[in-house]
Amino acid sequence: MAEIDKNQSGDTRRDFLKKSSLFTALSLTPLTVLKAADQKVDERFAELFEKIPLNLKVNNKAYTLKVEPRVTLLDLLREQLHLTGTKKGCDHGQCGACTVHVDGVRVNSCLSLAAMNEGKSITTIEGLAKGDELHPMQAAFIKHDGFQCGYCTPGQIMSAVACVREGHANSKDEIREYMSGNICRCGAYPNIVDAIHEVKEGGKVI
Amino acid sequence: MINFQFVRTSVIKTALGLVSKDSKATFIAGGTNLVDLMKRGVTAPEKLIDINHLPLKQIELKNNVLHIGALVSNSALAENQLVKEKFPLLMLALKAGASAQLRNVATVGGNMMQRTRCGYFYDTTMPCNKRQPGSGCGAIGGYNRMHAIFGTSEFCIAVHPSDMCVGLVALDAQVVLASIKGERKINFIDFHRLAGTTPEKDNNLQKGELIVRLEIPINNLNKNFHYLKVRDRTSYAFALVSVAAALEINNNTISNARLAMGGVAHKPWRLQLVEEFLKGKPATTATFEEAAKLAMNGAKGFGENDFKLKLAPNTIIEALTLAKAKA
Repeated sequence: MAEIDKNQSGDTRRDFLKKSSLFTALSLTPLTVLKAADQKVDERFAELFEKIPLNLKVNNKAYTLKVEPRVTLLDLLREQLHLTGTKKGCDHGQCGACTVHVDGVRVNSCLSLAAMNEGKSITTIEGLAKGDELHPMQAAFIKHDGFQCGYCTPGQIMSAVACVREGHANSKDEIREYMSGNICRCGAYPNIVDAIHEVKEGGKVI
Repeated sequence: MINFQFVRTSVIKTALGLVSKDSKATFIAGGTNLVDLMKRGVTAPEKLIDINHLPLKQIELKNNVLHIGALVSNSALAENQLVKEKFPLLMLALKAGASAQLRNVATVGGNMMQRTRCGYFYDTTMPCNKRQPGSGCGAIGGYNRMHAIFGTSEFCIAVHPSDMCVGLVALDAQVVLASIKGERKINFIDFHRLAGTTPEKDNNLQKGELIVRLEIPINNLNKNFHYLKVRDRTSYAFALVSVAAALEINNNTISNARLAMGGVAHKPWRLQLVEEFLKGKPATTATFEEAAKLAMNGAKGFGENDFKLKLAPNTIIEALTLAKAKA
């Protein structure tokens, strides 16, 4: 964790967010849980708070985890596995910043509950490069200046790789159509399209 | 998001049993609409039954009927060779919907089960008869640019946002529903409901029932067809108006026609009277214009969506013209 994130008590910003979200969790429990707690029906209480066992692979590394049912794949990646390359934009499936590959298929990780990904293999932006060697799509985004602020870029690149692999990058028009689930508020679209087009025309298997 | 219990099963019978005995339980497949609604606090199921591992992902042709498992993803269906050859209208409708990421996850059954909705349904600080029966309709007299012009009620004027369903209703699909009591089959056109006095109900699925597959009979409507979606941007936006059109034309005479609209009603809007009108007529612009006029019978605007009263017939004429030009 970067030093800049430490506050006076030694807590990081992320620790604080975690603690405060626990209080939020308690204020957002279903009525039956509160009722059960009220009646001291501990079993029911425990059952409703039970975490779900979850086995999955992220960037070729196997994980055995326990997650609350309401944790999304996006939050699991960022908050529990600390893979913060995948971004939270709208958190409602409208912007594509959270795009990752699940079993090779691009999805919005914000709309997928982590628990629904049992046995799946996830690839995030961190899993794209081979060591220090950038993935061709990453290199093409740099070459064509396919970003300004960079916040949408991990999602754009994950989506772009899938777009080429799916065979939906045969023309600039087709690229625009099949990349429409990734919004760039800086408006780097022409350069993003150029980058994807070049990777596709390069003919390399990516 | 309010917490909930989560149960995973790969057995259809188990899934049906779990939902039938628990009034607060619901199925989750792709979750692209349900998770979104849960995040907004619009809905809060206490138990989710994850059905993603049920064996409902087959697409197969049996006795001239295409069987599509309810868990087939929208993108898998759109890329399927049988669909491309036999029902290209459905392929176009599927590709017009949502984004590539959402189509990869959204299932056929889930697409049908997505809520008929509008901004007031999503905004929990506003009245909405669909979200909270009896609370009123914010859209009537409010912001209603995206709203319905057909089959509206004083309780709700939201539209069903699916493109896939517009294609399916035009293709005479049937829906197979399973419950612990067995299976039943209903026509696709009877699956979704108009709002009437019960806008909280989007469809006729009974508690404990699960969509298990669709069946579409093979037809000859795979030559002259078009799906035309008019929206605020070229891609990844809900329809202002969409039209699914398919024609069988012999010697420039229409022998069979299918016509359905999206973005105009609480359910996918099939235009059977217009189809009957088209049969036996010459496939000319004059015929298409008359058909479009007939299609608009009973249409009603609510102010901001009055433009649809002109956009809808124009879209019908254009879709029929493009369908005719295809072959």
